[in-house]
Amino acid sequence: MTTLTGAGVSPGTGYGAAFLLRFKIAEPAAGSRHDGDPVAETARAEAAVARVAATLEERGVACGGEAEEVLRAQAMMALDPELSADVAGLIDAGVAAERAVYDAFLRFRDVLAEGRGYVAERVADLDDVRDRVIAELTGVPMPGLPGEAEAPYVLVAHDLSPADTATLSRDVVAAFVTERGGPTSHTAILARAMGVPAVVACPGATSIAEGTMVLVDGTAGVIMVGPDEAEVRTRLNGSAPGAGPVETGRTSTGTARTPAAPARTADGRRVPLLANIGGPRDVAAALDNGAEGVGLFRTEMLFLDREDSPSLEEQVAVYREVFEAFPGAPVVVRVLDAGADKPLPFLRPTGDEPNPALGERGIRLFRTYPDVLTTQLQALARAAEDTSPLLQVMAPMVATADEAAWFTALAREAGLAGAGVMIEVPAAALRAHDLAGQTAFFSIGTNDLSQYAFAADRELPSLAPLHAPWHPALLDLIALTAAAGIPTGVCGEAAADPALACVLTGLGATTLSMTPTAVPWARAALAGHTVAQCEAAAAAARRAAAPEDAREAALVHLPGLAEAVDAPADPVARGEAGPS
Amino acid sequence: MPERKVVVESEVGLHARPAATFVQTAAKAAIDVTVARPGGTPVNAKSILSILALDVRSGETIVIHAEGEDADRLLDELAAIVSVP
Repeated sequence: MTTLTGAGVSPGTGYGAAFLLRFKIAEPAAGSRHDGDPVAETARAEAAVARVAATLEERGVACGGEAEEVLRAQAMMALDPELSADVAGLIDAGVAAERAVYDAFLRFRDVLAEGRGYVAERVADLDDVRDRVIAELTGVPMPGLPGEAEAPYVLVAHDLSPADTATLSRDVVAAFVTERGGPTSHTAILARAMGVPAVVACPGATSIAEGTMVLVDGTAGVIMVGPDEAEVRTRLNGSAPGAGPVETGRTSTGTARTPAAPARTADGRRVPLLANIGGPRDVAAALDNGAEGVGLFRTEMLFLDREDSPSLEEQVAVYREVFEAFPGAPVVVRVLDAGADKPLPFLRPTGDEPNPALGERGIRLFRTYPDVLTTQLQALARAAEDTSPLLQVMAPMVATADEAAWFTALAREAGLAGAGVMIEVPAAALRAHDLAGQTAFFSIGTNDLSQYAFAADRELPSLAPLHAPWHPALLDLIALTAAAGIPTGVCGEAAADPALACVLTGLGATTLSMTPTAVPWARAALAGHTVAQCEAAAAAARRAAAPEDAREAALVHLPGLAEAVDAPADPVARGEAGPS
Repeated sequence: MPERKVVVESEVGLHARPAATFVQTAAKAAIDVTVARPGGTPVNAKSILSILALDVRSGETIVIHAEGEDADRLLDELAAIVSVP
C-alpha cells in the first residue's frame, strides 16, 4: 500500500475505484494556417467561443449557487474582448483559428500564472475554457465523466474544472483527488457543497493506476492506494472485522469525530495545528478541518451584551460543550479579554481612558476585578473535571513577569496547572526569558503584538500596510519569544498563511493555532518541508527589510510552496475576531 | 479627462464577484473604460482577464478612466462597486 499526502479540503472518508480524468486537448500545431479568408475564419472562431460561453452559462444556471458564479466567470473569460481582439489579429495574420485561440489564451495564461493566490488559481479555469473552444473548433467531443456508476468512484485528476464537476452527484463520486489546486480552488468549494471528501494539492495523484481501490481521508489530507480491508473498515465506520465485504462509498461526515492525527514536518517533527474558536458553534468547523485541538478559545461571547457577569453554572455549561468535543486533545482557553474595543458594563476601567487600547484591558482589568477571574477559572476547572481535554488557560495582555506570576498563582489556586500568558506586548517579548520562569507556556497573538509593536490601531484600514504578518520586526519579536525555551504557540491570523506556518515553525513556534479552514493548508505545507528548510526560510525572512521581500526570501527555501497559495480569507472568523 | 481614484474596499480585492460585477458594468457602456494602478499602465475595464491580471488587493488604490457620453455617471457606478467592503 502506498500513501500520498495533500491538503484535505472537504471532510470525511471516501472509498472506491480510482477513475482518472486524463483529458488533454492536443495543442494545435504551431504555424498552422488557414486558407486565406480571415473574415470567415474569425467568424468560425467567434461562433465556437459563443457556443462554449452559452454552455457554461447553461450549466451554471442548472447548478445554481457557488457553481453558477464560477461557471459565469468562465463564460466571461471566453467572451473577453481583449482575447477576441487577439484572436482576430492572429487570424488576420494568417494563423488558423485553433492555433490563434491557443496563442491568444497563452498570453493571458502566462500573466495569470505569475500572479498570487487567487489569480494564479484561475489558470486552470482559463485552460478549461481554451480546451473547450479548441474542442468546438476541431470537432473533438469534450470528455464526459460517468454520470452513473455501479459503485461510487474516486475521481482523480490533475485538476478539475467546475464544468466537469458541476454535473456530478455524490451518488457517483466517493471522493475527489487532484494534483493541483489551492484553498480557493473549485474542487474544494464544490466538494464541500456536495458533501464529498476531497484532497487537493496532492503530488503524484495522477500516477495512481486506473481502477485501483483508493481510500481518501478528506480531513487529514491522506490518500491510501490499495489499503487492506481492515484499514478500510476502521476508517469508514469502525465496523468489526469479518462483518461482510467492504462496500465502496463514504462515511457520513456528520457522525462524531475525533480530533485529527498530529501534523508533522517532512522529517517528522510534530507541530500540533489547533483552531481558534469563539465558542461551541465553531467546534464542528474545527473538527471538519482536522484541527488537533483548540489553541485559542475566546471566551468573550459569554460576557458580551449583558449587564452582569455570567454565573459559574452558566459558564461551566458552555465550557463543557467545547471540552466534550476534544477528549484528550489540547484546549487552550483565553480568559476574558475585556476593555479596549470590548468594553463591558460590569468591568469598567477605574478612570476615563482617552486611549482604551493602551488602557486597562485584559489582565490589567482583573487587578481591579479579581472575582471575575477567579469565578472563570473555577468554572473552567469544574467543566474539565467530567470531560477530559488537556486544558490550559492563558491570560491576555501580560506585560511583565510579575503579572505572569500573579496569574499562574490564581490558576493554581483554582486547581489549574497549565497556566500560560499571551505575548501581545513588545515588552513581554523583549523580556520573554524573565516571564518564562513564571509561566508554563507562551501564546503569541500576532494581531495585537503587531498593533503594539507598530503603534498602529488594528481597526484603521489606512494603517493596514503596517500590519503585514510578514514584517521582519514582528518575526524578530516572535523569534525572541520562542528563544526563551518554553512551549510557544502562535495564535494570531499569521499562522493561517501556509508559508508563514513554515516560517513560524522555523522561528521556534511549537504549536500553531488558526482559523479552522486554514488548518489543511498549514498541514500540507508543513508535511512538504523539513525543519531545516523551515529554519532557513525563517532566517532568510528575518534578513529582509520589508514584508514582501521577507515572504519572497522565505519561499526560496520552501520549494513545496513554489505555487504559493494565499490562506483563505475567513470573514466569519474575522468578523468575531477579538484581539488575539 | 474624467477619472476616479478609488480605494478598493471589498475584502477579496478586485477579484471574484466584485471583479465580475465591475467588468459587466463596464461592458454595458458604449464608451471605452480603463483601470490602472496610480502611475501604472491602463487596462481595458471590459476585460475580465486584464482585470484579474492587475491583481488588485483590498486596500489598494485604482484609477478608473473613461471619456465620452455619460462618462461621469459610469465612473461613479464603477467606483461604487469597488468601494463596498
